[in-house]
Amino acid sequence: MTNFFAALFYLAAVVFIGGVAWRARLYARTPAPLKIPTTPAPFTRGGVALRMLREVVLFESLFKASRWTWLFGWLFHFGLLLVLLRHLRYVTDPVWGWVAWLQPAGVYGGFAMLIGLAGLWARRLLVDRVRYISSPSDHLHLALLAAIAGSGLAVKYFWHTDIVAIKNFARGWLAFAPAPLPADPALLAHLAAAALLFLIFPISKLMHAPGLFFSPTRNQVDDSRARRHAPAVN
Amino acid sequence: MKPEFTIPVVINPPQTPAVRAGAMAHSRPFVAKAEHQQALGFPGELVDDWHDKALAKMKQLLDSSRALQVFMDSCVKCGACADKCHYFLGTADPNNMPVARQDLLRAVYRRYFTFAGRWLPWLVGAVDLTEDVLREWYAYYHQCSECRRCSVYCPFGIDTAEVTMAGREILASVGIGQKYSNEIIGKVHDIGNNLGLKPPALAHTLEELAEEVSEDAGAPVAFPLDENGAEILLVTPSADFFAEPHVDGLIGYAKVFHRAGISWTLSSHASEAANFGLFVGSHAHMKKVAERVREAALELGVKRIVVGECGHAWRVAYSYWNTLIGPFDFLDPNYPAPQHICEVTHDLIHRGALSFDKSIHDDKVITFHDSCNVARASNMGGVPGGQFILPRDIIRACCNHFVDMRDDAIGEATYCCGGGGGLLTDDLVELRVKGALPRMQALREVIDEHGVTHMAAICAICKSQFGKVMPYYEFDMDMVVSLHQLVGDALILDRGAH
Repeated sequence: MTNFFAALFYLAAVVFIGGVAWRARLYARTPAPLKIPTTPAPFTRGGVALRMLREVVLFESLFKASRWTWLFGWLFHFGLLLVLLRHLRYVTDPVWGWVAWLQPAGVYGGFAMLIGLAGLWARRLLVDRVRYISSPSDHLHLALLAAIAGSGLAVKYFWHTDIVAIKNFARGWLAFAPAPLPADPALLAHLAAAALLFLIFPISKLMHAPGLFFSPTRNQVDDSRARRHAPAVN
Repeated sequence: MKPEFTIPVVINPPQTPAVRAGAMAHSRPFVAKAEHQQALGFPGELVDDWHDKALAKMKQLLDSSRALQVFMDSCVKCGACADKCHYFLGTADPNNMPVARQDLLRAVYRRYFTFAGRWLPWLVGAVDLTEDVLREWYAYYHQCSECRRCSVYCPFGIDTAEVTMAGREILASVGIGQKYSNEIIGKVHDIGNNLGLKPPALAHTLEELAEEVSEDAGAPVAFPLDENGAEILLVTPSADFFAEPHVDGLIGYAKVFHRAGISWTLSSHASEAANFGLFVGSHAHMKKVAERVREAALELGVKRIVVGECGHAWRVAYSYWNTLIGPFDFLDPNYPAPQHICEVTHDLIHRGALSFDKSIHDDKVITFHDSCNVARASNMGGVPGGQFILPRDIIRACCNHFVDMRDDAIGEATYCCGGGGGLLTDDLVELRVKGALPRMQALREVIDEHGVTHMAAICAICKSQFGKVMPYYEFDMDMVVSLHQLVGDALILDRGAH
């Protein structure tokens, strides 16, 4: 069991890091022949960095588009961030001060994820426009994320597991010598679902995360009259 | 007039319609004839190996456009764009939701270019490329005006215009081009403008115009053509040369130049600002059409290039000219190259070089239609939002009564007129009428609340489109005016009186 999960996570890590790097390299090397920034387009690189920061942190465009989608989407993503930061305690020893400080908030993050996912799923099922554009994989993405968040909370609240053993497993895994993993079903479900998420990341719509940084309408400077944009043509 | 379709009902506040699948599946423009295809280097009819050719073209576009590649991968189907397209709001056809329009292409992309689509097509909504798919592409990629409203709202900045352009380019490359756009591009290549107006006819038209305007204004307002050594080359849409209300805008530019004492000229070689190469997604044709402007500017030895009231032309000029036909190191570095006519007029007003009799417009209450390409793909004046500020400043400088339409129908959120992106053709009139709905609703509101009498615009396509569709909504087509018509009518030409 331990070896299986250790191997699964090595595979997932390679696919995730390699896959994302492969796509990012493709995006970076594909030429952007013309300037196509969308209003409100900043005139400077600093302005673009600020715009990107607002998109990444606040979901500015989505806020303009739909308050409900923004609310649930932001809740989910911010919750996910808190949960990821909370999980740093499994790989740091001693646990960094701010990670320790963040632990209670991380739990709320798990609930925020579930509320956000529920709201997004409800929109997908109830709003006729969103229902029309949904394919099975769109529902399965939500199901997988809900399974990860749900099983994580289940481990925390219902089917407790040996946290120290998990930490040993995780730190051992990082050093290529994983310690035995507790064989609790909820924990194993949680880990399997998380591994699956990393495995599908580079070949799914989860690529929206790195994709945003390469989006020409958002990352280009509006200076086409002042500076000649003369890209290499592929 | 008796249309063969239902005219949408103007309701305020506007309602998002329930989706009606296939509601506009029948809407498709005329397909280009073989001669018009071949003139642009495209095959005359559907080629035998269209399947492989189309996929090869798609691969080529993916490899040469970061935007297309990133946009194909990044959509999460969140639905943020779903209620933002004027064609969806006016037709209720779900394929007119930007996300669904993109997915027509994306479904094929997935099937042939992604792991998930190759192995599990049913799971991710991947489809085989068939003739039916091509037909669907042709219908719905000609129900997008490339206005980019959806792109403002997309959390990843996905721009459906780029996808539409790719779709159209693939179609043209396998033999299914659009008659209207391809015919026009051919005319520009052959004759120099969209209308096919030859140099002697243009010269004659301008002479007559000069006579008429000078007599009316009591001042020698000139409309110079091919004048060597002029300070400014004006490149403007050919509709400005005679059609109402466009020509009143041209008269306005001429009066501004006259009053400011700036020498200017039109060019018979570059007698067209429009560049339909943008609409069909062809960089090669866009460059070739734009090249005439550089050639004319060099030949005439001008110091500045100014673009008249034309939305997509301003996008091409502002965003692309420097790349396609630059650098403009032969022009006066004290001015941006190119400049919009509104920048010229605004600057002159700011410097006190123009004075107006605003009372001439006291019988009017004006509102302003932000054209999509100006609003979302360009700037004016080098200040944030300048493309919204300058035109309004100009209107306020020459009119006493100006009101804006509601916030989600102007500025970056402006609605397309319904006729942009190569759709301004009579074979798409149902689409054009329905697509104008959101603008008509916003206009109705300011008419009812503020007694608006006129709507000014700075785009030849917008003006033509409104003239055509407004009667369907029982608005007077004369409500639409050129911005520089307002300027020209109020401008005091007599220097002595100043």
